[in-house]
Amino acid sequence: MFNFGIWTSEFNNFLMGFLPEWATVLVECVIIAVLVLLTYTVLALFYILYERKLCAWFQCRLGPMRVGKWGLLQVFADMFKILIKELISLKDTDRLLFKLAPYLVITSSVVMLACLPWGNGLQVINYNIGIFFILAVSSVGVLGILLAGWASNNKYTLIGAMRSGAQMISYEISLGLAIITIIVFAGTMNINELVWAQDKAWFIFRGHIPAIIAFLIYIVAATAETNRGPFDLPEAEHELTAGYHTEYSGIHFGFFYLAEYLNLFIVSGIASLMFLGGWMPLHIPGWDGFNNVMNYIPSVVWFLGKSFFVSYVIIWFKWTFPRVRIDQMLSFEWKYLMPLSLANLVLMAVFVALGWHF
Amino acid sequence: MNLLLEISNNTLAVTATLTGIGLVFAALLIAKLISPKSYSVKKSEPYECGIPTRGESMIQFKAGYYIFAILFLIFDVETVFLYPWSVVMRSLGPQGLLCIGIFMFVLIMGLAYAWRKGALSWK
Repeated sequence: MFNFGIWTSEFNNFLMGFLPEWATVLVECVIIAVLVLLTYTVLALFYILYERKLCAWFQCRLGPMRVGKWGLLQVFADMFKILIKELISLKDTDRLLFKLAPYLVITSSVVMLACLPWGNGLQVINYNIGIFFILAVSSVGVLGILLAGWASNNKYTLIGAMRSGAQMISYEISLGLAIITIIVFAGTMNINELVWAQDKAWFIFRGHIPAIIAFLIYIVAATAETNRGPFDLPEAEHELTAGYHTEYSGIHFGFFYLAEYLNLFIVSGIASLMFLGGWMPLHIPGWDGFNNVMNYIPSVVWFLGKSFFVSYVIIWFKWTFPRVRIDQMLSFEWKYLMPLSLANLVLMAVFVALGWHF
Repeated sequence: MNLLLEISNNTLAVTATLTGIGLVFAALLIAKLISPKSYSVKKSEPYECGIPTRGESMIQFKAGYYIFAILFLIFDVETVFLYPWSVVMRSLGPQGLLCIGIFMFVLIMGLAYAWRKGALSWK
């Protein structure tokens, strides 16, 4: 597999040749910031089109077709329209919190995006507690949503934010336990090491029964965590107009919109990282020829392909299941999903202790 | 550390955070420069489907959410304790498994108590 670290270290040496060390770090940080920003916006725009097209196809429609070939430029037109809309300032809002909320939501998703492994050697932040850091940062996004709903001084936004808060904190436990199940198996939290540990076969195959159960729990919890699918009651448009971002207009609303789609990508990226091997190609132990052929497909393609596949499944949920009520949503998490994920964690610990895995 | 060998992770995390803040700030600045502005009394009222707003919205809200927040606190702290165990689980051996078994038994008793008391059913 091609290691992108060769390019970056060569570039680093090139800069070090004629710049002092602090200037090198500064230039590299600026380049990283620009790249992360570009990735963020391009991904968010791609995801908006992806979901609109998929929704349309699930309902036997064509989706956006007018602007550009197959409606490819529709998202750019939409984003530009959002940008030139008026930012309405409301009376009686908590101005500081109202303006702080988009910062929290966007910043948390940018930092999470920077943690994901895009390819071999293509990862920005690589803490030794990597996956734990991602979960910690994701909690900041919940705070942004709660602040947005509270500060808007509107009953709909308050109810939407409370529902969203209750839902996201509840399902965060199952999400965390599903990830712990895999950490027990892998014995590391470093994202890079997690990917390399799946060199022989992906965790979902190596850990078989408990890993598959953990994957299913993760997918359900991730759907709830991103306020999507059957769990979209924080922004149930029939009851709450638009949920926690009802009062946001123009680009202020656009931030929540972007962050929502980016969070969809991020949970899919974590699913592909923890269960489906990250950027690691499909390897089957013993089949050396097959493994070598798979290695020719670039690692970025593997990572994006797996993430888009998981996102596809999550979008599919949305058009298959009806929206749940809040009591159903909470009792599903606390009475079924969380005990199941605790039991699954114990099962995985026993499997690892007894060596019943590949 | 992975992408460029010379920069520490903390610097990169700060860079990513500043990128996020910068994105919001720049987009808001552009929007403020090019967007139209107008003011009217009706426009600045909260949108509640056209009906005039009644009373405050920043109120003490349904206590049911609060119970789940407390439950979340307990179980989230529990998962925080499980993370370090999960990393070293293989090297701890059967003794570690037993210890975490007792820890989880106490927690499951707590969940069972909350369930019995009816804290898990939405009222």
